[in-house]
Amino acid sequence: MAPPQESCVKLGKSLSTTPSTGRAPAAVGTGGAPVLLLVSVLGALLATVATVLSQDPLFQFQGAIFIIGFVAAAAILVGGLASGGFKQDSSRYSDNVIKAGVIATLFWGAAGMLVGVIIASQLTWPRIFYFPEFGFLNFGRLRPLHTSAVIFAFGGNALIATSFWVVQRTCKAKLFGGMLPWFVFWGYQLFILLAGLGYLVGITQGQEYAEPEWLTDLWLTIVWVCYLLVFLGTIWKRKEPHIYVANWFYLSFIITIAILHIFNNLAMPVSFLNHKSYELWSGVQSAMVQWWYGHNAVGFLLTAGFLGMMYYFIPKRAERPVYSYRLSIVHFWALIFIYIWAGPHHLHYTALPQWTQTLGMTFSIMLWMPSWGGMINGLMTLSGAWDKLRTDPVIRMFVVSLAFYGMSTFEGPVMSIRTVNALSHYTDWGIGHVHSGALGWVGFVSFGSIYCMVPWLWKKDRMYSDRLIEWHFWIATTGILLYITAMWVSGIMEGLMWRAYTPDGFLAYSFIETVAAKHIEYMVRTLGGLMYLSGALIMIYNVIRTVGMPSSVSVNHPADAVPAGLAIAGE
Amino acid sequence: MSGHRPTDPHSGTETTGHEWDGITELDTPLPRWWLWIWYGCIAFAIGYWVLMPSWPYPGGYTPGILHNSQRAQVEVDLAALKAHRDIQGHALTNASLQDIEKDPKLQAYAMQVGQLTFNANCISCHGTGGTGSKGYPNLRDDVWLWGGKLEDIQQTITHGIRAEDPETRSSKMPSFGVDGLLKPGEINDLTEYVVNLSGRRANAAAVARATPLFANNCAVCHGPEGKGNQMFGAPNLTDKDWLYGSDRASIHGQIWNGRGGVMPNWGKRLDANTIKALTVYIHASAGGS
Repeated sequence: MAPPQESCVKLGKSLSTTPSTGRAPAAVGTGGAPVLLLVSVLGALLATVATVLSQDPLFQFQGAIFIIGFVAAAAILVGGLASGGFKQDSSRYSDNVIKAGVIATLFWGAAGMLVGVIIASQLTWPRIFYFPEFGFLNFGRLRPLHTSAVIFAFGGNALIATSFWVVQRTCKAKLFGGMLPWFVFWGYQLFILLAGLGYLVGITQGQEYAEPEWLTDLWLTIVWVCYLLVFLGTIWKRKEPHIYVANWFYLSFIITIAILHIFNNLAMPVSFLNHKSYELWSGVQSAMVQWWYGHNAVGFLLTAGFLGMMYYFIPKRAERPVYSYRLSIVHFWALIFIYIWAGPHHLHYTALPQWTQTLGMTFSIMLWMPSWGGMINGLMTLSGAWDKLRTDPVIRMFVVSLAFYGMSTFEGPVMSIRTVNALSHYTDWGIGHVHSGALGWVGFVSFGSIYCMVPWLWKKDRMYSDRLIEWHFWIATTGILLYITAMWVSGIMEGLMWRAYTPDGFLAYSFIETVAAKHIEYMVRTLGGLMYLSGALIMIYNVIRTVGMPSSVSVNHPADAVPAGLAIAGE
Repeated sequence: MSGHRPTDPHSGTETTGHEWDGITELDTPLPRWWLWIWYGCIAFAIGYWVLMPSWPYPGGYTPGILHNSQRAQVEVDLAALKAHRDIQGHALTNASLQDIEKDPKLQAYAMQVGQLTFNANCISCHGTGGTGSKGYPNLRDDVWLWGGKLEDIQQTITHGIRAEDPETRSSKMPSFGVDGLLKPGEINDLTEYVVNLSGRRANAAAVARATPLFANNCAVCHGPEGKGNQMFGAPNLTDKDWLYGSDRASIHGQIWNGRGGVMPNWGKRLDANTIKALTVYIHASAGGS
């Protein structure tokens, strides 16, 4: 099917690699395991020395997590090297790290959603779910735990796992870096533990979605640069002439998150043996950098990254060509160019100069169609496969995810308009907006992709039960609808109550009256969140049963072999 | 490239000729409606830039032909609100607090304004209905730390307690334990003494030991009989009203730490008429002195 000129390119590539194919096809090597062992031992030593020298219990707490992590890594590496493990089979894609990523995604997803249900209950029934004797269960500690767990632990793992799958298949190349992808995976889990457990004991720099302190930030920077190396290296050694659109999105997400993370976390530690730091920016500059970061965490992690996922798994599942190559180019460049400007819409009517607010608002409006380009390309890819909506619940999940994507990327520009924002800002409308994007778009496109990948990864013909996917779909969809409608009602209601004046010109409601008025909506929201969590638990059960099924007849599943003749042995 | 590119049978559109892991791409043109809405959004943005403050340059920014300014607008809005309030509120300006209480019409207006103001500003500390909680005085009873007459209440609201205001009410109970002014045993004895003052059963030996301690350390503010002094905001220790709790541990803690709360100086935020109304409201709902 491939046009002649492409075959020529392929031939040329394979010719150029002929010398190396002379080596053993299943090339040996430990993929840099001794280097990782050295890093782990040195890391453990450094962490031990710092922990012993420090007089700050919170720093020591972090140090203990590092020590446990490094020692465990060193032990596993020693064991693996001694038993002759870690042999790199260059004829096979690196899929085990993706399996680990899928498991981590599901685990952190359930954990983060559970914390979400707990804090929703705390807001609904503060008398019952308030535990003053357990300070770490306070809303102020659990709220960042929830947001970080779902965005970075669930979303981040989903992105790492799917990007590793997609970049290998669409580049026809094994992941670059030997054991480096494993370092990225485990290093990222260590970051999650440092951040999450840190919040519970009270380590925070108090910046939304950027709560971890300097030490955790540094560690994430190291891990993220390695992630970029793995991804870029794999693209570098690709055996396809062109880079597939999904990889553009993944790459823009990885690079931009690195930049945002570094600039928003520039800080001076109190001492290098203390957990606390003070940031470089202050006042309104601090707020602006924070929301430049915060908005683009949404734009590049939760939008661009997941569009990468969408661009692979939807055409793959629907077995249809992507609707428009031109649209994918135009909306990609428009999206990444415009998104980066939109942050100031989080700071309307504040000390931020008005001209900055104007730019934030107008770029948000210009962002509407570039965002919708992804929705159009996803939905129209299904043309010719619409019948699968009836038979394939996974396709239905993708469609609903794109619908929520389209809705929230329209709602966002509307809310960015200053006069709309005057009503919506600081209300539950914002919470509803972010959850229609998070639960609807991010959650569903991840679930759909995992439902695709699990049978591929574990060599099964299909998921254990399509009926359970149906249940997941309907329970979660209903949950989302309950959640966001409740938040629309309570958000607009409290926004109107806050600005209500009596005929004499005095504020009509006290704050606590506006809180009390939301009780019913909060109950509905908690129910919606609980339903969404239940759907995720059904999915986990389904995945566990799928993994336990007998493998399909063909052990040499076609999807896991790096295409023969093109394999470059021994990286 | 073209000429050899495969065509998708369903849509009749050519693909780009590339293929990744079985995925191909159609060479569909950009949807017209999508493009035109986008152009519309861009046109809107440009129009908005012309009208409103938008693009920065070294030393300034384009002000927009409407010369809109959110800061100027806030001044206008606040002035308009004040003018609106003054339609009825001006009657309060020249009336004394006593006059307001005597004039039923004026009092009804002040009570309404006072309640709204109280709900919007005060209940986060003093509680819904003003019943207070530990550390925050109950305003519904007739026990006053700094005085319950109209003028006293007005003074407290306007200038606050231990606030950043030259006329604020201020006093500092010593931290007898923290600062080592008294020995732990002496503080235990004083605790019994205070329990005894409030008419409860206490260890008689301890009360006897603490009698000179109270006279030397506490009586200067709380008075020789412990009845308090509103000059210093020193509470009456012989009644059943306790700001930081009535049990022995709370009393001991207060002697040890000498806590003192802060109330904002609302004169910075509320206008004089509103404070008058609030004063009348609090005075009336407490059945004030």
